[in-house]
Amino acid sequence: MSVRFVLDGEVVELADVDPTGTLLDHLRYRMGRTGTKEGCAEGDCGACTVLVGDLDAAGAAVRWRAVNACIQFLPMLHGKALLTVESLSRADSLNPLQACMAANGSSQCGFCTPGFVMSLYGRAIGASGADLPVADVIAGNLCRCTGYGPILEAGEAVGGLARDDGALVAVLRELAAGGSASGRYGDRCWFAPRTAWELAELLAEHPDARLVAGATDVGLWVTKGLRVLEKLIFLGDIAELRAIEDGPEGLTIGAGVTYAEAHAAFARLHPELGELVRRIGGLQVRNAGTVGGNIANGSPIGDGPPALIALGAQVTLRGAAGRRTLPLEAYFLDYGKQDRRPGEFVESLFVPRPGSDDMVHISKLSRRFDSDISAVCGAFALTVTDGTITAARVAFGGMAATPRRAPACEAALVGQPLTLATIEAAAAALKRDYAPLSDVRGSAGYRLEAAANLLLRLWHRAQGTRVSVLELDGRDG
Amino acid sequence: MAERDPAWKVLAKPAHPHDSAHLHVTGAARYADDGVEEPDMLHLAFGQSAEAHARIVAMDLAAVRAAEGVIAVYTAADIPGENNVGPVAHDDQLLADGVVISVGQPVFLVAATSQRAARMAARLGKVAYEPLPALVTIEQARAADSLIEPTQRMARGDAAGALASAPHRTSGAFAMGGQDHFYLEGQIAVATPGEDGQIHLLSSTQHPSEVQHLVAHMLGKPSSDVTVEVRRMGGAFGGKETQAALFAAAAALVVEKTGRPAKFRCDRDDDMVMTGKRHEFEVRYDVGFDDAGRIAALALHLATRCGATADLSPAICDRAMFHADNCYFLPHVEILSERLRTNTVSATAFRGFGGPQGMLAIERIMDDVAARLGLDPLDVRIANLYGPGRDVTQYGMTVADNIAPQMIARLRQTSDYDARRRAVAAFNAASPVLKKGIALTPVKFGISFTTTHLNQAGALVLVYADGSIQINHGGTEMGQGVYIKVAQVVADVFAVPVTQVRITATRTDKVPNTSATAASSGADLNGMAAYNAATAVRDRLTAFAARTFGCDEGEVRFTPEGVIAGGERLTFGQLCRKAHIGRVSLSSTGFYATPDIAYDRDAHHGRPFYYFAYGAAVAEVAIDTLTGEHKVLAVDILHDVGRSLNPVIDLGQIEGGFIQGQGWLTTEELVFDDKGRLLTHSPATYKIPTASDRPARFTVSLWDGENVEPTINRSKAVGEPPFMLAISVFSALNRAIAATVPDKRALPPLDAPATPENVLRAIAGHRAT
Repeated sequence: MSVRFVLDGEVVELADVDPTGTLLDHLRYRMGRTGTKEGCAEGDCGACTVLVGDLDAAGAAVRWRAVNACIQFLPMLHGKALLTVESLSRADSLNPLQACMAANGSSQCGFCTPGFVMSLYGRAIGASGADLPVADVIAGNLCRCTGYGPILEAGEAVGGLARDDGALVAVLRELAAGGSASGRYGDRCWFAPRTAWELAELLAEHPDARLVAGATDVGLWVTKGLRVLEKLIFLGDIAELRAIEDGPEGLTIGAGVTYAEAHAAFARLHPELGELVRRIGGLQVRNAGTVGGNIANGSPIGDGPPALIALGAQVTLRGAAGRRTLPLEAYFLDYGKQDRRPGEFVESLFVPRPGSDDMVHISKLSRRFDSDISAVCGAFALTVTDGTITAARVAFGGMAATPRRAPACEAALVGQPLTLATIEAAAAALKRDYAPLSDVRGSAGYRLEAAANLLLRLWHRAQGTRVSVLELDGRDG
Repeated sequence: MAERDPAWKVLAKPAHPHDSAHLHVTGAARYADDGVEEPDMLHLAFGQSAEAHARIVAMDLAAVRAAEGVIAVYTAADIPGENNVGPVAHDDQLLADGVVISVGQPVFLVAATSQRAARMAARLGKVAYEPLPALVTIEQARAADSLIEPTQRMARGDAAGALASAPHRTSGAFAMGGQDHFYLEGQIAVATPGEDGQIHLLSSTQHPSEVQHLVAHMLGKPSSDVTVEVRRMGGAFGGKETQAALFAAAAALVVEKTGRPAKFRCDRDDDMVMTGKRHEFEVRYDVGFDDAGRIAALALHLATRCGATADLSPAICDRAMFHADNCYFLPHVEILSERLRTNTVSATAFRGFGGPQGMLAIERIMDDVAARLGLDPLDVRIANLYGPGRDVTQYGMTVADNIAPQMIARLRQTSDYDARRRAVAAFNAASPVLKKGIALTPVKFGISFTTTHLNQAGALVLVYADGSIQINHGGTEMGQGVYIKVAQVVADVFAVPVTQVRITATRTDKVPNTSATAASSGADLNGMAAYNAATAVRDRLTAFAARTFGCDEGEVRFTPEGVIAGGERLTFGQLCRKAHIGRVSLSSTGFYATPDIAYDRDAHHGRPFYYFAYGAAVAEVAIDTLTGEHKVLAVDILHDVGRSLNPVIDLGQIEGGFIQGQGWLTTEELVFDDKGRLLTHSPATYKIPTASDRPARFTVSLWDGENVEPTINRSKAVGEPPFMLAISVFSALNRAIAATVPDKRALPPLDAPATPENVLRAIAGHRAT
């Protein structure tokens, strides 16, 4: 069947879609919409930023989000609305954002500019992440010419922009009335189920199918690895997997919830978790990548898992045979190996709310603060009662083949008074927990030293000392 | 030219936004990849060398040829002319012939019906290699005596003798990494067959003439059969000065062989692996100085990893030597520059062109001298500035407009440097984990190609009978605004609004034999050439108007209100119409060659530069002593662009150049493994600054002055110099690290880039006794 989406009010219908054909290539080379640029084809530069919209839960409004078109597969657009830079104006009638950017020297070579326009336009119309500061909204857009100043200014200067999506809502409702989508392309096939039950059935039938949520990882298998994926199941249309339940005991998050959607709930659970999520990818990546996908793919350097493990998260897997729930750390078996049986999928995650006696600290170390991958990501949840550490969960990413707890470190903490000596002993114990590798993000020596120092950072913070340069700004005394 | 018009005599307001800004923000600006693809267009990919150095024993390309969509596969044997895309030394092969000398080097070329098909097929080649000794590092190359050219020496006086007698003496060493250009638009060329063997190339290149000549030689054609066009590049920064030729040549070869149009749009990761970067340097020095930190003698050794071929490395390493003085007088000095040939991708031009490396060396030496004496580094810098009686560089050029001392004094005051330095010290005394540092560093950058003959430019001005104007010149637009600046020059000559000047794409069939748009020279050279072209037309119009209206030529004036000739006033368009009917030529070429420069490279002596551009910056940073993380908190810049042609454009160059320099010295780290493979070949692992890396407080002011030389509008070049203002960040980071042991009279052992890991290592090194 066809992939149908709405572009500038018109329904675009694509038959015989290559299930891993990218939206970017389609826009540029099939539709002649060359304003959207390819800078990297791996979701790291934002030159291909477009806005994708779908109906909100009530079906009353369009929720827009900026994504990287270079790693959006065409079937993921099914039933969605799309805005590209060409949608906003023509050269003789700039919208206020564009006019401001043009007048303000916001472009030099201009190649990244359409991507910035789309990110900032999204912010102006209340798209996902619109509540974030301008710098956060464009953290996933790279500019090599300007040094960003005139772009930031334009983003600040242009407040909200009105947008009437009334007609679009009706079209999207019409598109949504169809059933689940699927298609064949030569001897390859794809499915986009609408319910978790459908997904379970499909997986039972096609245990070899590749599950794709936001494609922020699988996209690169295609654009960089040049892999041919035979069978794909797209998860974006399963409403059940996109639920967030913010209860008194904790947070239950559907596996299909994007990091952007979960950001506020995570921040409410603990501010440092919110700050960690802010630094996962750029907004375009958080708008596509899901919490479940970040777990399911088992990356040793995924940023979510160490923090979630430290907080005591539990993951629920579901298959045709039913559900099972396990501690998140138990899901990661070894490098590239997870405890996911054929026919199972990650359904949801439960993160308990930290108690009032708990000291929670999460640190991500990377070369660049925003839109980078951790060299080390450390997370600590200590329960302190009357000056004594009664429970401790310590987990790290980037220190082993999987995100993993630190049993020796935890043992050095539990039952001990919360003193510098205890912290130093626990820091020293990390050497028994981890034997990290040297790679492009950091040497083994740096990883061990910095990981140990993160415990000291926790200690200093507890003493009221400022421990992060991000707490300082240009006007700071 | 001796005489020239006063600046902007008729048009008051020079601040025009970038000519393409309205196209940039709407996505309507066209880049090389944005044209409609012909249905029979072929797409290209290289089969790349997997080895750093090896003999090709056998090549089995059967699977490549059989792959879906593949139309043709070519090897070195298929090249009809010279197998070369190198600019000077002719040692860069289009396709490896028998031996590979770096990982990623093109070995064969695939033409297929889609880019994906070409890339997939290119991975199917089976190449058998017999490994040869691979020199990856500077040490390995030195041990093998592997050089691009003999070690060069630039010297004055008796460095060894003066070192021996200096009151104080210290020595040190440090390393600085390279840098990927990360232009957002990757390398690309689109070749189209014309009639009778001609080829048209759309190339994202800073040097269309060189692409033209290389492609012609590669195909065994005269240059007149090859036309290269570039309207704009999506960023270049030096990375498309020589590196674009490879992709253009490949596309042209496929056109020649198949008769079909061909596009080479290089994948980002392939681009980062295959194309050259900023040169990595290792620095050693031995410096003698007095109690005030004034340098008596310096022995400086600059070792450079040039990569596998010469490319522009000789000139780049020369510029490192030229700028190893920065703003400082070095009475007795010996600079040795060792240009090492390694089996890594050939390093190439990058904004600053060796200048940043030489300048970082001397600024670090300033920091070291200050640390040894326990002085504020700014005092040491000021003590060493050029001044009366100390105004000749180590290569024999007089520093004629030495404004660095005034600029430093002004910035010291406006940035409140002294009070902030005390505040930083107070902060550090009270802060156990976070430490701050502040530094002021100046820049003096020589303007001209140091290869003297490159300092020439041509332009073509076409005035139409309706008074509209087309301007064409050899400068290429990469975002730096050379097109709008040159258009402003032409508009000013005719006293018409700049909107009346249509800027056209740079083409080798309009202006021949151009130099690269590089060395910050684009507006200087092409602006003056365009000025000469436009004034030639205006002089004819003046003579015609005087004849027609019966007045003296001196009574003909071009004003924004129209052309006034005696008692007559008419629009520029009306005059052009009359002149056309009066059979007056309304077009002209213009030419400019920079005067007064001469350089003896054998002796490394002379006047390589027409003038110097200056700047100064104060950077305040904070580091985290537990993790090595750091942040640039505040930056204040004072920069000299002479009398600005366009302040909006110039401020953009200053800010953008600074942030790019900050990236070079902080987050941007190139990592090669011991097999010579680049591991940081994508934006996932190679981190250029993002918006939040811009300091929260960032002020930029333009120095109120004008060029002492008669450049166009008495302006100064601005492309490269601001990059080096970011050395202030590196110096401030040193100060912050030093604050972990406040009284220690030593410089922390910090290498560039100052990644968190390098900062943490430097803290440990500084604490160690």
